[in-house]
Amino acid sequence: MKALEIKNLSKSFRSNFLLRVYRILKGIDIGVEQGEIYGFLGPNGAGKTTTIKCVLRIIFPDAGEISILGQPYHSTEGRRKIGFLPEHPYFYDYLTGKELLLFTGALFSLPKKDVQARASDLIRLVGLKGKEDLKLRKYSKGMIQRIGLAQALIHDPELLILDEPFSGLDPIGRKELRDIILSLKGAGKTVFFSSHILQDMELMVDKVGIILNGRMTKEGQLSDLLSHTVSSYETVFAGINPAFLQENGLPFTRRDDAFIVKSETSDEMNRVIALITGNRGRIVSVTPVRMTLEDIFLKEVRE
Amino acid sequence: MRLKAIAVNTFKEAVRNKVFYLLIVVGILFAFSSHIMGLLTIGDRVKVLKDVGLAAINFFSILIAIFTGINLVYKEIDRKTIFNILSKPVSRASFILGKFFGLSLTLLVALASMAVIFFLFLWLDAGEFDGRILVFFLLLYLELLIVNAISVLFSSFSTPILASIFTISLYLIGHISWTFNAFKHNLVRPVEKGIAYFFYYLMPNLEKLNIKNQVVLNTPLDAGVILDSIMYAVCYIAAVLILAILIFNKKEFQ
Repeated sequence: MKALEIKNLSKSFRSNFLLRVYRILKGIDIGVEQGEIYGFLGPNGAGKTTTIKCVLRIIFPDAGEISILGQPYHSTEGRRKIGFLPEHPYFYDYLTGKELLLFTGALFSLPKKDVQARASDLIRLVGLKGKEDLKLRKYSKGMIQRIGLAQALIHDPELLILDEPFSGLDPIGRKELRDIILSLKGAGKTVFFSSHILQDMELMVDKVGIILNGRMTKEGQLSDLLSHTVSSYETVFAGINPAFLQENGLPFTRRDDAFIVKSETSDEMNRVIALITGNRGRIVSVTPVRMTLEDIFLKEVRE
Repeated sequence: MRLKAIAVNTFKEAVRNKVFYLLIVVGILFAFSSHIMGLLTIGDRVKVLKDVGLAAINFFSILIAIFTGINLVYKEIDRKTIFNILSKPVSRASFILGKFFGLSLTLLVALASMAVIFFLFLWLDAGEFDGRILVFFLLLYLELLIVNAISVLFSSFSTPILASIFTISLYLIGHISWTFNAFKHNLVRPVEKGIAYFFYYLMPNLEKLNIKNQVVLNTPLDAGVILDSIMYAVCYIAAVLILAILIFNKKEFQ
């Protein structure tokens, strides 16, 4: 049983005046296994938030199936299993951080006593201890993001859906959020999050889905996508006259006394090494450059 | 429980807004002006006191009903706080009803505070307690609830400005809609008669809930008519809320 399964999801909107139809999602398939961290990647306007809104029934899909841990997504049981952090969250600014958590607990019909204990734990977890009695209008963007995460966790959900959770966080906040997400995974929870901050994604996701223009273009384990994907070779060497490199048509960059040449293929790399060693140059290092998630993503976008 | 949580939260939002208190204070000040007008009046001072005081409370409580009603529902949509609510196991009907009951509680507090001050003025000025004014306040409260339900209905699908215009229009029409009933006897063509019927039954009949003249002029109140008015208000509110829920159930939040 998958934590989140989306099959052939389609959604279109009509413009207000001309009633032109805009197809935002064109048959999306997503499978998120239990206990994994799934990174939902795509440029702005690709359909990430639209997909999440369909799952949460904030908008209604035209076609397709969505199930949450085996339950239909529109069932109360299904929705009870989800914790959600919206993109640019805005919560009631007249409430204090703690009041927001108690209110959210009440929306899940949790006993008040349990919610109070859980709220205190979560406030500590997201690093807002001492700030819980401040009104949310006095919170900074990063603090709102943190209290948003706490409210998403109030009912101890099995599936966490986070829409752009890293936006607005400083590097320390990002690191802390990463740690929290990883600890949730450690506790057996499933995390589905959308982002375009690739570095954060690369550091923690198990599986990646890339959405472009309303279609899933790639989905797979991050390790599978990144392994065996050497994009280029970097040869660092010294003891060569730069004029010689120019004569042989080798574009290079300098680092102190050394030169760096980037080769796209291994044959090209071998030619570079042969040229250098043949002219009494000294090879310092040869490094295969593996593709990053960013490279994979940009390649998908270009294609 | 969820409905209660939303209602209590709506109430909190309203009472933590300074404008709410401002309107109550201005309402009380206007009611107090009736005391001054009473002093300047030759003749029945108490009548003027009741007339002006109740009119002021009526006006300001309707103002609170319209603007808090529209503001509180629209703000949820505009600031996207509704995303967070609807993503929880909360039905859209609970959201609408929670908002309505929260606002009803807010209006009760606003009206009750103005009423208490008014009774105090009346007692200090005329040394009397007129129980019939309680009936006036009860019917006014029901009128506020109708306006509240209408403002929730309109703000669930249109912008605050349009919702305000629609609600104020319906409020004004509500005070003259009884004339459609009076007209229909003079109309001959079935189409015209049909239109008169349609408007009479569709538009709220808020004059049914206005007993200010009877209270001020000390004419007798008919318990049967009042009961009938209460039943009418309850049914009208229920119908408007059902319509709001049906519309809201289909609404997408982009």
